[in-house]
Amino acid sequence: MMLIDPHAHMISRTTDDYQAMADAGVVALIEPAFWVGQPRTFVGTYVDYLSTIVGWERFRAGQFGIRHYCTVGLNSKEANNEELAEGVMDWLPRFALKEGVVAIGEIGYDEQTPLEDKYFRSQLELAEELNLPVMIHTPHRDKKRGTSRSMDVCEEHGIDPGMVIVDHNNEETVAETLQRGFWAGFSIYPSTKMGNARMVEILRQYGGERIIVDSACDWGISDCLGVAKTAQLALERGIPKETVQKVCYQNALDAYGQSGQMKEEDWLEPPAIDQRTLFEGNSILRGGREPHIEEPGDRRQRNLLIE
Amino acid sequence: MTLAAKLLRTWVLAQAGGEAHWLTQSLDRVASASQERDLYIFMGLAPRRLGKSDLALGADDLAAADAACPGWSPKGWSIDGAARVLALLTAPPTRAFADRFKDLRRTADVAEMIALYRGLPLYPEPDRLHFEVGEGLRSNIKAVFESIAHHNPFPRDHFDDHRWNQMILKALFVESRLASVVGLEARSNPDLARMLVDYAEERIAADRPVPEDLWIPLRPFHNTPGVAAILQREEAAP
Repeated sequence: MMLIDPHAHMISRTTDDYQAMADAGVVALIEPAFWVGQPRTFVGTYVDYLSTIVGWERFRAGQFGIRHYCTVGLNSKEANNEELAEGVMDWLPRFALKEGVVAIGEIGYDEQTPLEDKYFRSQLELAEELNLPVMIHTPHRDKKRGTSRSMDVCEEHGIDPGMVIVDHNNEETVAETLQRGFWAGFSIYPSTKMGNARMVEILRQYGGERIIVDSACDWGISDCLGVAKTAQLALERGIPKETVQKVCYQNALDAYGQSGQMKEEDWLEPPAIDQRTLFEGNSILRGGREPHIEEPGDRRQRNLLIE
Repeated sequence: MTLAAKLLRTWVLAQAGGEAHWLTQSLDRVASASQERDLYIFMGLAPRRLGKSDLALGADDLAAADAACPGWSPKGWSIDGAARVLALLTAPPTRAFADRFKDLRRTADVAEMIALYRGLPLYPEPDRLHFEVGEGLRSNIKAVFESIAHHNPFPRDHFDDHRWNQMILKALFVESRLASVVGLEARSNPDLARMLVDYAEERIAADRPVPEDLWIPLRPFHNTPGVAAILQREEAAP
C-alpha cells in the first residue's frame, strides 16, 4: 500500500529514517514549518529555515524516492516573539508560492496569547489571499478549548473548513472537528499525542471520512514509521483496507492537493525534468515489490505498537 | 531592453498559449512597479501559470542566442525558468542588480535557483555577482551546480583560475560531465593540469575508474612531463 505521511519534520531526521520510510511504502510526505526545539532569535535564521524546507530537504527526500512537500508559516510558540514574528510575516508571502508548498502551517495556538491570536489571524488572511489550505497545530495544554477556538477563528474569517486540516486531534476533539466539516489530523506520536492502538479504535468508531493519520516525527522521541505501523495494525485488527487507504494516503492527497502543488503523478510518473533535478524515483514502485518495514536496523520493527 | 531579453520574451510568449495575456500584463506590472512584491509574486506564479516544459528552440534561435551573447545556449531551458530570467531583466533598476539577485537567490526553490543561475551571462554588473556564484557552486544539489558549470559562458568569461579549477574538480567529484563546460580547453592551465593528474592518480590508486572527460583539459599540456606520463598510461590501458 502506498502511504503519505502528511506531517513529518525531516529536517530533524537522518537518512536512515528516509530509507525506512521509503521501505515501508511512504511515497510522499509533508514537512510543516515548525518550532525547531529552541527559539530562533534572528529573522534570518527563520528565513534560512524556510529556504531549507523548500529546497534542500526536498532534494534530500528525492534521493530516497520520496516526494517532499512543505507548509510555510509562523508557528504559535515563536509568534510570541513580536520582533521575530513581524520579520517572518514580511518574508512569508515570498515563500508561500514556492514549488511544493501545499499549505500555510502549522499555525494556531500554543499558550493562547494575544500575540498568537494576532499572527494566527493574519496568516489565515494570507492563506485566503493565495488560495492555499491551512494546517492547524492544536495546543497541548487546554487542548479541547484551544481546538474549538481555532475552528471558531477560521469560521470568523470565512475560511472554508474543507481547506483546513486541524491536526493533533484526540478522542476528545475528533467529534467536533468532523462535525464542523474540518479535516481531522491525528499524530501518532509516543506519549504526548496519539497512540496507534487508540487510533485504530477511532477508525473503528468514525470510519475514514476526512480523517488523516501522520507521524509528526521531529527532534523528540518519535517514530517516522507512525503512519506505516498504524496502517499495519489497523489491517491486522480488521479495519477495512479502503478505510486504511483513505486515512493513510488518499485523504491527505485530497486535502493538500487543493493547493495544486501535490499530485499522484508526481510519484507515479515523475516528469523528466524533475527526475533530472530532484527525484531519483521510487525503487518500491519500480520493482513492484511489497513494502516492508524491517530495514534499516531492527530496532524499528521490534515494536509495532506506538503508545 | 537587451537583445537577449527580447529573444526570451519572443520565445516565452510563443509558448505561453492562453497565458500570453497574463504574461504581458504581469511583465508590464513588474516593469513599472516601484516595489518588488510584483516581481516576487511573478517568480512564484511563473511555473503555476506557464508550466515547466522545455523551451522549444530551433537552430536559428540558438544561433540568435549565441549572437546576442557569445557562448550563451538556452538549450534545455524551461519556459518558467526563461520567464523568471526575463522578469528579472525587466524589473526597473531601483537598486543594485547584485543586491536584488542575492535576495532572490536566498529564498529560491530549486527550480528557481537553477533559472537564476542559468541567466548569469545576461545580467548587468557581472563582477558584482561573484559571491552569489560561489554560493551556487558550493551547492550539494547537482542540478544547481550544473546551472553554473554547464552550457554557461559566465565561468569562462569571469572566473579567475582558482575558481575555475575548483569548479572543474568539483564537476569530476560529483560525476558531472566536463564536456558541457563552456571554454573547457581554452581555460585550462598548468595548475589545473597538475590537479587533474593528482586526481587521476588518486582514482587509479583507489582502483576507481577515471572519468573519461578528465583528459580533455589535459590535452593542451600533453608535453608536460607529469601529464605525458599519465596520458601514456591511460592510452596503454585496456
